[in-house]
Amino acid sequence: MMVPLHYYLVLSAVVFCVGVVGVLVRRNLIIILMSVELMLNAINLTFIAFARALGSMEGQVIVVFVMTVAAAEAVIGLAIVIAGYRHRPTLDPEEMHLLKG
Amino acid sequence: MSVEEIGFFLLATFLVGFSVLVILARNPVHSALALVAALFIMAVLFLTLNAPMVAALQVLVYAGAIMVLFLFVLMLLNPGTVERGSALAWGLTATAGAVLALELIGFVMPAADSVQRLPTSEIESRFGSPEALGLTLFSGFVLPFEVASVLLLVAIIGAVTLARRTKE
Repeated sequence: MMVPLHYYLVLSAVVFCVGVVGVLVRRNLIIILMSVELMLNAINLTFIAFARALGSMEGQVIVVFVMTVAAAEAVIGLAIVIAGYRHRPTLDPEEMHLLKG
Repeated sequence: MSVEEIGFFLLATFLVGFSVLVILARNPVHSALALVAALFIMAVLFLTLNAPMVAALQVLVYAGAIMVLFLFVLMLLNPGTVERGSALAWGLTATAGAVLALELIGFVMPAADSVQRLPTSEIESRFGSPEALGLTLFSGFVLPFEVASVLLLVAIIGAVTLARRTKE
């Protein structure tokens, strides 16, 4: 007896929504970036679950690409955080209006 | 309930628990450590889905490289504990998140019903191995692979440019 596919999909949906709530409610840029990583990982779980259910390797290949994009996103996001922190030492996105006219 | 199901529910409970801890913790370092734990549990879930190579990459790339980067930035900036926001904001967002979760579940359930999970006997033994992953990657996904390498190059250059101290 193995675990059915929809268990994994429900788990993935729940973790994704935890990430969404984190992005919406937290007022700290680094934690917002971490919540985005959580959302990307939840999607990875969906891909892997479907790859297993369909017996196709393509889902796993997509996950490798998602990891690449997530790494790039984290690097650029954190670099922007550091660059912004130098101008104004805060991590609150509400305080970051440097580009406002 | 079978042993597999008990194991799955155990992993799922810990995964959701650590995910909630990521967004609840006052101290960002605690958030980062909870995220590392969540990513490790995710890797174990990948293992249960016949994806050992992706599970290894998950631990190396996510829990290893990306989270070390997050912790480095946290130690560098040392923001200390931060305000978590008002109870009203939390209530509203948590409600919205719960509604979204229910919608997503309602959306994926029909999809899950239409896909019958292959029994283990019908999965080929190499499924999820580095060999199978490499064969699929380099037979059908050569162009995306090259684009990904360009993306990583752009990310490196962008990070160096952004983090460089500009002369006033």
